[in-house]
Amino acid sequence: MSLSKISLRALTRIACRNQAKAFSNDSPTFPGAATSWTEKLEFLTPKTYGPIPVYRVMDRKGNVIHSEQDPKLSEEIITKMYKDMTKLNVMDKILYESQRQGRISFYMTSYGEEATHIGSAAALDLEDLVYGQYRETGVLVWRGFKLSQFMNQCYGNTDDVGKGRQMPVHYGSKDLNFVTISSPLTTQLPQAVGAAYALKGKNRVVICYFGEGAASEGDAHAAFNFAATLDCPVIMFCRNNGYAISTPSREQYAGDGIASRGPGYGIHTLRVDGNDVFAVYNVTKKAKEYALKENKPVIIEALTYRVGHHSTSDDSTAYRPKEEVEHWSKTESPINKLRMHMESKGLWDETKEKAWLEEVKKDVMTSFAAAEKRPKPNWKEMFQDVYKFMPTHLKEQMDQMEKHVEQYKDKYPVKDYAN
Amino acid sequence: MALNKLALNCVLGSEVRVLYNALSKRTHFVYQPDKKAPVDGEKTKMNMFQAINSALDTAMKTDNTAMIFGEDVAFGGVFRCTIGLQQKYGKERVFNTPLCEQGIAGFAIGAANVGATAIAEIQFADYIFPAFDQLVNEAAKCRYRSGDQFNCGSLTVRAPCGAVGHGALYHSQSPEAYFSHTPGLKIVVPRGPIKAKGLLLACVREPDPCIMLEPKTLYRGAVEEVPDADFVSQIGKADILRKGDNLTLIGWGTQVHVLLEVAEMAKEQFGVSCEVIDLVSILPWDKETVCESARRTGRVLIAHEAPLTSGFGAELAATIQKECFLKLEAPVSRVTGFDTPFPHIFEPFYLPDKWRCLQGIKDLIDY
Ligand SMILES: Cc1ncc(C[n+]2csc(CCOP(=O)(O)OP(=O)(O)O)c2C)c(N)n1
Ligand SMILES: [Mg+2]
Repeated sequence: MSLSKISLRALTRIACRNQAKAFSNDSPTFPGAATSWTEKLEFLTPKTYGPIPVYRVMDRKGNVIHSEQDPKLSEEIITKMYKDMTKLNVMDKILYESQRQGRISFYMTSYGEEATHIGSAAALDLEDLVYGQYRETGVLVWRGFKLSQFMNQCYGNTDDVGKGRQMPVHYGSKDLNFVTISSPLTTQLPQAVGAAYALKGKNRVVICYFGEGAASEGDAHAAFNFAATLDCPVIMFCRNNGYAISTPSREQYAGDGIASRGPGYGIHTLRVDGNDVFAVYNVTKKAKEYALKENKPVIIEALTYRVGHHSTSDDSTAYRPKEEVEHWSKTESPINKLRMHMESKGLWDETKEKAWLEEVKKDVMTSFAAAEKRPKPNWKEMFQDVYKFMPTHLKEQMDQMEKHVEQYKDKYPVKDYAN
Repeated sequence: MALNKLALNCVLGSEVRVLYNALSKRTHFVYQPDKKAPVDGEKTKMNMFQAINSALDTAMKTDNTAMIFGEDVAFGGVFRCTIGLQQKYGKERVFNTPLCEQGIAGFAIGAANVGATAIAEIQFADYIFPAFDQLVNEAAKCRYRSGDQFNCGSLTVRAPCGAVGHGALYHSQSPEAYFSHTPGLKIVVPRGPIKAKGLLLACVREPDPCIMLEPKTLYRGAVEEVPDADFVSQIGKADILRKGDNLTLIGWGTQVHVLLEVAEMAKEQFGVSCEVIDLVSILPWDKETVCESARRTGRVLIAHEAPLTSGFGAELAATIQKECFLKLEAPVSRVTGFDTPFPHIFEPFYLPDKWRCLQGIKDLIDY
């Protein structure tokens, strides 16, 4: 008897035994679901499962509620968290303002979401791979992207590793394992899942950030389902900040946020207070441990609030009340929360605050001024990297343009670009 | 503003709003308004987003099955085209959708299937690709595959396209050629407010699915006296904007304004008279007007922002060569965006600007 025949027989025997077992206890045997019968005809409603609670560590005053939930981070780490959150804040202010003055073409702030960036970044290692949406600047701050690197990208100057090709805030860093941002929403999510699959067994986790608006794209469904069925160690981190440009989350989805989708896909899920940096740290840490141990995905939904306008192209006063923004920027500020915590522990005070803010403002201004002075990359960089090796047709186009620019020198801003 | 002032503003947290920013003002073209109104009657000075708003208002007023939807349309849309319409027509007829282009297109097809007039907005033409399948495989083929039992002809998709000075890879693309390869769709591109109003109303009432690609750089800056009346601009019909004998320049959208300026420069510098054609309609396109002109002038230059390879200019060139071969004095010339993604900081070098077009004209004359 051939080997294949044996195994076929064995399989049939097992299948029959299972079926017999199933018949004997009268359970349904449909291949689509392992479940039980019911003779009650009733809807499963959105209310069948109560809303998923929000995990937190601190109360609004920055006090740790249950000490066993305190991540017990060192003074050094806590201080770095605070400094990075405020540094992000200062950088945002200056770059936002510089766009209003026409010095850079575009900007997006992270106001109100600092804890989601810093808390999650702090819980991971540099080897863990990041796929971002665009509003995750703090993750790069934590990983050590330099002020000059942010500024160079926003200016698209000769020192921008992205070679001036993308709009401001489309950062990327191979060194820091941060995949370059792409504007089309949610495309990063299935990509992160694929990366996690390919990195399985290498003790690295992939984290992918996305907004609650982006979660409506078809790619989000694809990503969740692929991650779950293909056992991918990926953390899919949703920043639910209440808005997608002008669209409030209540018009984005009718269910219980993004977290409620997790179980539907068969994915372990955590919902967290995105304005509590310790809580974000804890959930991300737990997600990583689980993802690596089980080779499985995790969805994290961080509830937070987008305090700033969507971007410099947006004026949010057109669609939300000032008081709402004020509430979130004052009463619920993740930075204030951490500061209150630190002050109560004697880790921070007004003197330190003043000195630090002065220092960081100076640093930001210095790197800003330096970036502004740098020329733009050689304009022929436009033709590079379309492919690994430039095909003939493109080479021809480049040569033609070079001849043209030579002929019309005074008509092109050549002096702003490097030679 | 000096850098220390910038620092001061930030330190003091003062809300210095420089209301319009220098960068967005620097354009590569001079807008040339349409002087002639297509219909008689009252007119209102409008920019292009207001003219589109006026067309949408007219569509809603004259057709109670009409509905408008897309991302952020409720508060007026990121380009203000739908402003005030939800207040006027209610949330049932003007509404935000979840953030999902394939959803928007599919939803629109379904609504049109059962007779509603669906006017869908895709926030940027660069983000129309998730909807590509719905538009190319579904909207375009609905009538054909059902033997004309079903259709989605009352569907119109609007999407802002083209260069704005700082849009980079994903806020600048001109995807007309992708859709032009799809039998069953109709595609138009307005050059200004009057055309936008007429074309949008034509699309809405056209019995086949239409895509109107709106050059976003014209939304605010392009101002014309737009008729208040309900009027349509014919789909499939090109406009000769300037008569000429020596060369035919063909473009659409923003590029038309570049070509009008270049025609004037060519007259001054080379003493040649250029005819300028706004193609207006990409699919179907006006072969008759184009070829009649090409036969008369014998020299043709086509310019578009989209990349050269398989750009819509290729289709025009092939047809002109076939139809007018014996009348041509030089090969049809194309001045276009390069075969690279649309770059941020290099935009001034990427665009088929007036200098590249002027040189193209010179080469045609010297051929
Ligand atoms: C595919 C696609 N569609 C539309 C857009 C335009 N757009 C950019 S950001 C945005 C809202 C995103 O909201 P959300 O995901 O909640 O992120 P947030 O801005 O709140 O951080 C939209 C509609 C886009 N970039 N990509
Ligand atoms: Mg959001």
